[in-house]
Amino acid sequence: MTFDLICNLWVFVLAAFIGFEVIRRVSPLLHTPLMSLTNALDAIVVVAAIIIAGRHKNTLSTVLGAVAVAASFSNMIGGFLITDRMLRMFKLTRTKKP
Amino acid sequence: MSPLIAQQLIDIAYIVAVALFILALKWLSSPASARRGVLAGEIGAVLAVVATLCNYEIVEYKWIAVALVVGAVVGVPLGMVHMTAVPQRTALSHAFGALAAAMIGIAEYYVRLPHVAKFEMLEISLEVIIGSLTFTGSLIAAGKLQEILPQRPITYKGQNFVSLSVLGAAALMAIWLILHPEYSRLFPVMVGVSLVFGVMLVTPIGGADMPTVISLLNSYAGLSAALLGFVLNNKALVVAGALDGSSGFILSVIMCKAMNRSFTNVMFGAFGQVQVSAGAEKEERTVRSASAEEAATILGAANTVVIVPGYGMAVAQAQHKVRELYDILSKRGVDVKFGIHPVAGRMPGHMNVLLAEADIPYDKLMDMDTINPEFPQTDVALVIGANDVTNPAAKTDQGSPIYGMPILEVDKARTVMVIKRSLSPGFAGIDNPLYYLDKTLMLFGDAKAFVGDIVRELTGGGH
Repeated sequence: MTFDLICNLWVFVLAAFIGFEVIRRVSPLLHTPLMSLTNALDAIVVVAAIIIAGRHKNTLSTVLGAVAVAASFSNMIGGFLITDRMLRMFKLTRTKKP
Repeated sequence: MSPLIAQQLIDIAYIVAVALFILALKWLSSPASARRGVLAGEIGAVLAVVATLCNYEIVEYKWIAVALVVGAVVGVPLGMVHMTAVPQRTALSHAFGALAAAMIGIAEYYVRLPHVAKFEMLEISLEVIIGSLTFTGSLIAAGKLQEILPQRPITYKGQNFVSLSVLGAAALMAIWLILHPEYSRLFPVMVGVSLVFGVMLVTPIGGADMPTVISLLNSYAGLSAALLGFVLNNKALVVAGALDGSSGFILSVIMCKAMNRSFTNVMFGAFGQVQVSAGAEKEERTVRSASAEEAATILGAANTVVIVPGYGMAVAQAQHKVRELYDILSKRGVDVKFGIHPVAGRMPGHMNVLLAEADIPYDKLMDMDTINPEFPQTDVALVIGANDVTNPAAKTDQGSPIYGMPILEVDKARTVMVIKRSLSPGFAGIDNPLYYLDKTLMLFGDAKAFVGDIVRELTGGGH
């Protein structure tokens, strides 16, 4: 149905604009954590993979779905983990030592 | 609960998750709120996954469970890699993300097979082509960054023509499939050709261009996820993919500007080719070199010092020694800052992470636009393992291959000190006039050892 296509295009364009406006404001200090965080968020494709793997339409789609679940879930776990590890390292100058 | 209400509840969970994702990126605007952003993202992700597991379409949980365990077993070590390995980890995760998106697109095609509408086929073909080429392209990028594959650009005559023909072939097959979606024998060929194109796309790109390539692949990975959202009519994927895609796009633009190059130049004009005027004038020029002791005396007497680190510093693993130097000088009342070029590492922002890991406070890490006006008031600019990003020829010499590239203007400082192994030119094979200035002192040696020597001189002489 082309109605869905148009509807998705609306969502895509608006989301891309929000993305531009929000990400433009990210400090250059944090561009590496930005990339690992967006990677983790992008791993939301795991929800589509879960449905494909669990629907059990045919063997091929189950296998492909399971591989996709593993690949995207590893991105999700690894992405959040490393982003948090990096951000924990960013500290301000300690105020005058005694 | 009726399936319809359940489906609506799942949709609401997705909307909340997506709102949390946007907040996560918003909170990343400052290091103070950034960790809250990660938490918001995690809550959103958990919400979306749990909601999905309640979907009534799922009849078999066994393989999902196995795959989730495998994903966790692979993901945790990838989240624990050393900070110097973050660029290759990132490239690998672009590959995984694109792999997942491509796999789902392929599975959808075969599930829907006898009746695939033309516009569905358009979405699936685009999604699968971009997902596949991003998968192999990112693997090659990861291999180059890990130094499994050669980092120099691999080129041959007529390369661009061959590569573009391969992409054209994939596009033609996609068009044929859109017109005849039931012609399923062509589908795996299209996937294969796209995989090959991904390899051809990244192989000719050299190590120094990796920050741009990683950002661009990030953008593609996001785009493939968004297209998958179109295929499955899943708005959460459309939004997450659009966010990831725009993030990658913004970073690629920043990286291109930082090198004064265009997308097409990065993708199709392998950097090694432009060794034009390098070495044209071979006049004898003298440099002044200094010992660690002299360097320590000058640094100890300075009021303001700007340290300019490059990837060479990270290669030499000198960041912890640099932190010791920073500590000693700060304790003596010297104002020490760091000037960081956008392409100083192997991916956007990499140098900041390496310095933060070495416990250097982030309020001392200055980006190029902030630090450049401060160089004229700086007593000493100390360059460690950086070359091209400090080359004044980028501003003055129209014949230089890097002419027009924004640089850190260390030549404006009162004294310049450069730690370098030898006078050999940098990656691009371009001579650096900075080294021959009267105010420049060359400190020849390994970055880690030399900074260590300076630290020893300062501690010995100070008490």
